[in-house]
Amino acid sequence: MIGHKQKMVDNNQIGDSSEQVIRTVELSKTYPQMDVPAVDKLNLEVGKGEIFGLLGPNGAGKTTTAGMLTTRVIPTAGQAFIGGINVRKHPTLVKQLIGVVSQQNTLDRSLTVRENLYYHGLLFGMGVKESARVADELLEKFHLGSWGKKSVFALSGGMAQRLMVARAIFHSPAVLFMDEPTAGLDPQSRLALWEILQGLNSEGQTILLTTHYMEEADQLCNRVAIMDHGQILALDSPVNLKKSIGADAILTVRVEGDPLGLIEVLKLSIDGVSASREIEGGVEIQVSETEKLLPRVINLAESNGISILDISLAETTLETVFINLTGKELRD
Amino acid sequence: MAYSVTPTRTSIAASRIALGALLRRDLLVLRKNFGEFVGRTLMQPLLLVFVFLYVFPKIGQGIGGGSSNAGRGESAFATVLVPGVVAISIMFQGIQSVAVQLSQEFGFTREIEDRVQAPCPLWLVAVARVLSGATQGLISAVIVFPIASVVHAKGVHANLSFHWWIVLTLIPLTCIAMTSLGLLLGTTFEPRNIGLMFGFVVLPLVFLGGTYYQWTRLAPVKIGGFHWLQTLVLINPLIYVAEGMRAALTTTSHMHLYIIYPVVIGFVVIFLALGLRNFRRRVLS
Repeated sequence: MIGHKQKMVDNNQIGDSSEQVIRTVELSKTYPQMDVPAVDKLNLEVGKGEIFGLLGPNGAGKTTTAGMLTTRVIPTAGQAFIGGINVRKHPTLVKQLIGVVSQQNTLDRSLTVRENLYYHGLLFGMGVKESARVADELLEKFHLGSWGKKSVFALSGGMAQRLMVARAIFHSPAVLFMDEPTAGLDPQSRLALWEILQGLNSEGQTILLTTHYMEEADQLCNRVAIMDHGQILALDSPVNLKKSIGADAILTVRVEGDPLGLIEVLKLSIDGVSASREIEGGVEIQVSETEKLLPRVINLAESNGISILDISLAETTLETVFINLTGKELRD
Repeated sequence: MAYSVTPTRTSIAASRIALGALLRRDLLVLRKNFGEFVGRTLMQPLLLVFVFLYVFPKIGQGIGGGSSNAGRGESAFATVLVPGVVAISIMFQGIQSVAVQLSQEFGFTREIEDRVQAPCPLWLVAVARVLSGATQGLISAVIVFPIASVVHAKGVHANLSFHWWIVLTLIPLTCIAMTSLGLLLGTTFEPRNIGLMFGFVVLPLVFLGGTYYQWTRLAPVKIGGFHWLQTLVLINPLIYVAEGMRAALTTTSHMHLYIIYPVVIGFVVIFLALGLRNFRRRVLS
């Protein structure tokens, strides 16, 4: 489980910032009867061609931010622009430019799989023939070709999600919004959806997604904004975010009895320990020097009379970044 | 596939196209489920005329009947009932095609979430549903009317005559009024409370809506000198619809048309205003 870094480099490309798709200025939302703002003076810019991730726990303000950008949540202060158009002033124009995939299944239950796409085309002003052609193309592209005439009730969760993505990009939106795109999907469907999103992005599709899965943000996004309590705590590429904590790996050791003694021992004897914290039944330590680390830790523990139940070394993740920023875990 | 960051259409052009597509979608769904639509549209009127105009006269319990005037009173009742049945059908279409549907789309299927991303103002999404519901109301009026006027016992028949100008103006208007009512109810009641809606709103509207009697006939119901029931039912939109149908389809007495038209238009305005306000509140936060 030693950390490896091969994919980090090519994940670092950032969209063409010369053409902005999303811009917010001090964007804020306080819901009625709430003391604290759900989103607090958010300043954000997303360039054309980016996959941009809003990462944070439930209640961080990700969905509210996406809601304000997709015309559904009315900001209490600040501005939001899609392609330079003020979202609050011209929601009808903005809706021409965006595609939205929400957390729930919002497919039209009265229509077939193909009709769900076809009528979306008509809704956005495509001609009858063109809409039919694009519908067939997208069914093939999203591996739903044999399902066209079936009711949407027949689709599995993963297929329904794919159809919703196909419908959302049907009119070639300037930006595709996805709210927790893989929440509730099985691991296989999640991987399939990631592939689809990467494919769309390679064709030039700008995507903004919200997620509380750090793997998702790490794997997919060119840039990630880590959010908590309605504010952006850090914003950079996943690689740079992970670099920012100054550690290469996370050492986790579970021991019998009190783990605090071990922290002291390791801090004294091992170089490059940047942070440590107690977890259930053990300790978690951020280290920058991983050379022969595991045998050394085991020897140190033994010579100090501490018996180790489990030991592991892992690459630093966005989760680590989040913990360093907030002192709590992402999944809480 | 240009991923353009500038809209290709003006708001008005995009809205007009979206309205057309929303209506097409609703009509396709209607065409797909036409059998079911006809079934649920016909069942209630069929039962009403069967019991009141066939069974009752047969078993000597006919309303308006008596041994001496063989069938004449019953025919007068039939003349009152048939337009009432058309009125009820239009109203139920408003409840079924708009209120029940919307309530489910808001609370259960979440379909509305996607529909409000259509490139048009929110109110137009709601108005599209009102218009397609009104179309269903029109169709139901057309298919219910022959049934209601054909099913009856021997000797009992409704005295019907068409007043085309009223038919062609008032029926579409009442269809829009009833689907606007549907919009208001559908955006007010959660799916789990639909039973409450039927019990406390729909049933009182139907039974106190002048379906089975003319409004003027309520005059004898009074306390002291106060015609309380006759006054109370004036808040019921169905009274005006039923009286309007009597004006359109029979020569029997009815409320003045210069009361019916403005009041029905007034109800359209009130129901639409409140319904659209609710719709907006449910969609935006």
